[in-house]
Amino acid sequence: MIIVNTETIPGRQIIEIKGLVQGNTVRAKNVGRDIMAGFKNIVGGELKSYTELLVEARNEATERMTSQAAQLGANAVVNVRFATSSITAGAAELYAYGTAVVVQ
Amino acid sequence: MIIDIIIGLVITVILVVVGYTFGSAKERRHFAELAAAEARYQHILVSDQKHLPIGWEASQPVLVTGSVVVATDYFKNFTAFFRNLFGGRIIGLERLVERGRREAIVRMLDQAYQHRANAVWCVRIETSCIGADENKSASGIEVVAYGTAMLVQSN
Repeated sequence: MIIVNTETIPGRQIIEIKGLVQGNTVRAKNVGRDIMAGFKNIVGGELKSYTELLVEARNEATERMTSQAAQLGANAVVNVRFATSSITAGAAELYAYGTAVVVQ
Repeated sequence: MIIDIIIGLVITVILVVVGYTFGSAKERRHFAELAAAEARYQHILVSDQKHLPIGWEASQPVLVTGSVVVATDYFKNFTAFFRNLFGGRIIGLERLVERGRREAIVRMLDQAYQHRANAVWCVRIETSCIGADENKSASGIEVVAYGTAMLVQSN
């Protein structure tokens, strides 16, 4: 399964457009990470545990999007976009969407 | 009563000083690391255009992403509060978002480098607040950079 965020895949022709596919996941942080984040808010810097959390969530959302594309019989997903939203103070939603296509 | 106020003030001053000292040391180090990483990836062409220039050939396209969640520090939040009274640029927070953006792009280039790509096209950069609600300000800012890494040949 080829996944790109351009509209076309260089060197390949799009034969058929299957439609919009999407994947999302809502992840909550745990209390331990929250306490460290509170501490980091005093000295600043990267919140590594949050970064890892959101990277995992993004991978899962992408995974769900590609499995939906596979179910439709596509072999590529083009024009992929990501969106992150803070649901509450403790949770974030990761959303990935794109167009499932068949390329030769 | 007076003792409580004095203790509160002392704690605030200590937190501000700690935040400022460690925060700016980390910031300096981070900017140096970013400059080194960006020099390493100078050979990778980065563009936010949708289409390749006419006549260019590309192969092996793959989606690459880079993300980072950056926290603000107490001193910056302190200065931002006063800025909100008088208006103007909040330079501390500008630097923070710049760090996040450059770090996310460097991580995206890390992935592109692993795929042996020499160009990343259609780059998009998005930011979002993490952990903000009506009771507190954001604990951090997430910056995501993503694009399509390819091996290009200009003819």
